[in-house]
Amino acid sequence: MRLIGEEQLDDIALGAAILGTGGGGDPYIGRLLAREAIRAYGPVTMVDVDEVGADALVIPSAMMGAPTVMVEKLPAGDEIVNAFDRLESFLGRAATHTISIEIGGINSMMPFVLAARKGLPIVDGDLMGRAFPELQMCIPGIYGISTSPMSMADDKGNTAVIDAATNRWTERMARSVTIDFGCVALIALYPLTGSQLQQCSIPGSVRTAERLGRLVRETRVSHANVVDAIVEELDGHRLFEGKVVDVHRRTVEGFARAETVIEGLGLDAGATLRLHTQNEHLVAERDGTVLASVPDLIFVLDTETGQPITTEELRYGFRVTVVAAACDARWRSDAGLEIVGPRYFGYDFDFVPVEERLGASADGLLDMTQPARAPEESVLT
Amino acid sequence: MRIGIDVGGTNTDAVLMDGDCVQAETKRPTTDDVTTGIVAALRSVLETGGIAAGNVDAVMIGTTHFTNAVVEGRRLVPVASIRLGLPATRSLPPLVDWPDRLRTAVAGETYLCHGGFEFDGREIAPLDRSEIQRVAADIAVRGLRAAAVASVYSPISAEFEERTAEILREEVPDLSVTLSSQLGRIGLLERENAAVMNASLSELASRITGAFRAALVQLGIDAPLYISQNDGTLMTAEHTERYPVATFASGPTNSMRGAALLSGESDCAVVDIGGTTADIGVLEQGFPREAKATVDIGGVRTNFRMPDVVSLGIGGGSLVQDTGGRVTVGPHSVGYELIRQALVFGGDVLTASDIAVAAGRASFGDASAVVRLAPDVVRRALRVIETSIAEGIDRMKTTAGDIPVVMVGGGSVLLGDVLAGASRLVRPDHFSVANAVGAAIAQVGGEVDQVFSIGALTRAQALELAREEAADRAVEAGARPDTVRIVDVEEVPIAYIPGDAVRIKVKAVGDLDYGRQRVAAHR
Repeated sequence: MRLIGEEQLDDIALGAAILGTGGGGDPYIGRLLAREAIRAYGPVTMVDVDEVGADALVIPSAMMGAPTVMVEKLPAGDEIVNAFDRLESFLGRAATHTISIEIGGINSMMPFVLAARKGLPIVDGDLMGRAFPELQMCIPGIYGISTSPMSMADDKGNTAVIDAATNRWTERMARSVTIDFGCVALIALYPLTGSQLQQCSIPGSVRTAERLGRLVRETRVSHANVVDAIVEELDGHRLFEGKVVDVHRRTVEGFARAETVIEGLGLDAGATLRLHTQNEHLVAERDGTVLASVPDLIFVLDTETGQPITTEELRYGFRVTVVAAACDARWRSDAGLEIVGPRYFGYDFDFVPVEERLGASADGLLDMTQPARAPEESVLT
Repeated sequence: MRIGIDVGGTNTDAVLMDGDCVQAETKRPTTDDVTTGIVAALRSVLETGGIAAGNVDAVMIGTTHFTNAVVEGRRLVPVASIRLGLPATRSLPPLVDWPDRLRTAVAGETYLCHGGFEFDGREIAPLDRSEIQRVAADIAVRGLRAAAVASVYSPISAEFEERTAEILREEVPDLSVTLSSQLGRIGLLERENAAVMNASLSELASRITGAFRAALVQLGIDAPLYISQNDGTLMTAEHTERYPVATFASGPTNSMRGAALLSGESDCAVVDIGGTTADIGVLEQGFPREAKATVDIGGVRTNFRMPDVVSLGIGGGSLVQDTGGRVTVGPHSVGYELIRQALVFGGDVLTASDIAVAAGRASFGDASAVVRLAPDVVRRALRVIETSIAEGIDRMKTTAGDIPVVMVGGGSVLLGDVLAGASRLVRPDHFSVANAVGAAIAQVGGEVDQVFSIGALTRAQALELAREEAADRAVEAGARPDTVRIVDVEEVPIAYIPGDAVRIKVKAVGDLDYGRQRVAAHR
């Protein structure tokens, strides 16, 4: 158990921006909201997953919708509490804790707003280990736990409660309501008992984000290599270093799709990396060979500063290093891959863990004695 | 025949240009009243160039006065900050993330009112006339003379902001009102911050543009007056009085554009070394590369379009220190006190300029004052300077290979003839007045930054509309229609929004139509 005050928020937000894998929304507004809430209501108590009793009631608290709308239509302020209260009253029970649904991006910050205002403790953890575009893409879904009942609130005092037959239905209905609300909604969902939390959360996510953010901050001050520090901290793999030469975007069914071409520099000179993105970076392929795919995490970092680059920001000329890291092991199960594997996103290949794809030896270098995955692995039509 | 002037914190530089050729140049101290320094500079270039005042076609001025005022928190007026977005936005009121000192300088009062748009153009709430009238009455009671109005999604439509301005002016006729929609860009807090800064500069803007005009009048120059803006294009003095924030980045932009012309390079790094800092930018096809989304001015988050510049604490006046075997250069500098404090000028401070003289790279002041400097210290100081600047250039590059490096600014004597990472090192003629040259060669532009819903329009139609609008705005700003070309198109789909909403930004630029401006000036 520890107290989280204003001073910790910057590090958490920076680490969360990296864990957003290109999406998740800019944490700036979330960080400001959390800061103002902590200033007004005091620091937030954060507890570990294993400090939560079996019959606790943990209700995650988040925003959903278009992050770009949230930087224009700032919240009224009460929405996040209204949604939470509405779900409690639907359940007929008061929550004992809240938690982040998604540690990547702005939803690392939103539960702190709720926790401060309600005087509730927040659990150090989350339900994705990264960012994902859809509500059903959370670990509890692998265990048959329901996303709903779920509540939603907007700036005009409207609330909605969704009680759906499947998690994908919850996502579908919630997305419609979000659009009516103006593409931003504050939500409470996945009510979990303490036992369920133990089974299907990712413990320590906030601490991970904070450590990552602090590491980046300190590494910059000492002028050491920030990308190396991030790779080491995440036990990750450097996939590629180069310069962005093309970014092709289109919106498909509400998702920001992008195809990015990166020309290799340094050790990667002469090669080309293609990145396929739907809000988050989903597939990285080098000269036709897939190096990493969703649900593994793919980060695009500014080569010089280590700053994460979001999908919206990607453009010609940026010098970037693409890094991959393993996702939570539960995502790699059959049930997990049905929810967030490459095939769900429309790619015609099966998931292979990044460390296997790279044929990595102990120090992470590409094992050139093993053939790379065959060309039939390469991607889109 | 044009005159370009750069009014800096220390010096006022001027050049007389005939087409792309520099006919005369001068560097004078900037004066407190601004006018006197400009008059001296103008007089000098007219005399040297042998030109009569009546033969000047245009005068272009770039200035850092407005940036400096905000960065220093001085000469600002308190502002009424009015936000239209209730019931939304209450969680983060205006000025919420401003540093204390600056917030105190601009905080008149903040007002949250109903209005603003949703992403798709629906109203969040209708404008409440009586609410705005109450705000206006309060502004009058408090004696506030400047206001900033920011409404949610005003880049889609300025309607709420314009109607609010009308109501405010009914009650307080001489209120200076800045609308955030005129300053562009999605991002409410950043746009609102820019509007508040602009409003707080309203009185300084009148004073400075008045001082500029007075200088021209004193010399009998009746040519039109333009002021440089952020992206290197020009705006009228009238426009500058209303939008002083548009000048913020003109300094580095002008110095890079001037460097491009003087060197003949269009794709290169530009290193501008002054008294205190070395500013490094990159030119791509003759225009400075833009910085990424948010830009910090004086600790306040904004989304101005600024050139991507890295600023190192190395300049002609930088202190050189040898502590325990390590030689450091800067970041502290004697700045404009150089001519009193440097060793070569009879002072007792070892500066980078002294190192340059000792190394034979420059000859000013008294070289004998540095003859006793240990050669090892000189060598190591030079290496520190060269390494820092080479690293700075490397950070800004977008390719692995060497690129041409153009050096401008008086402090560029600190570098020799080679530099790691530079395919060639160019120190063009007139390098010390590159800023003024950049101002003189500037064009006029028009910009569009809007969200289009692809559904009613095809993507091609939306792009075409945006391109036409940008070109029209360039012509409105004074461009010759046959010279207008589109220099930048950016298209960003907006995630999670139905109907395939797309944000399209287009910039068009053209050559100044002197003839039309003269006619307009004489009406």
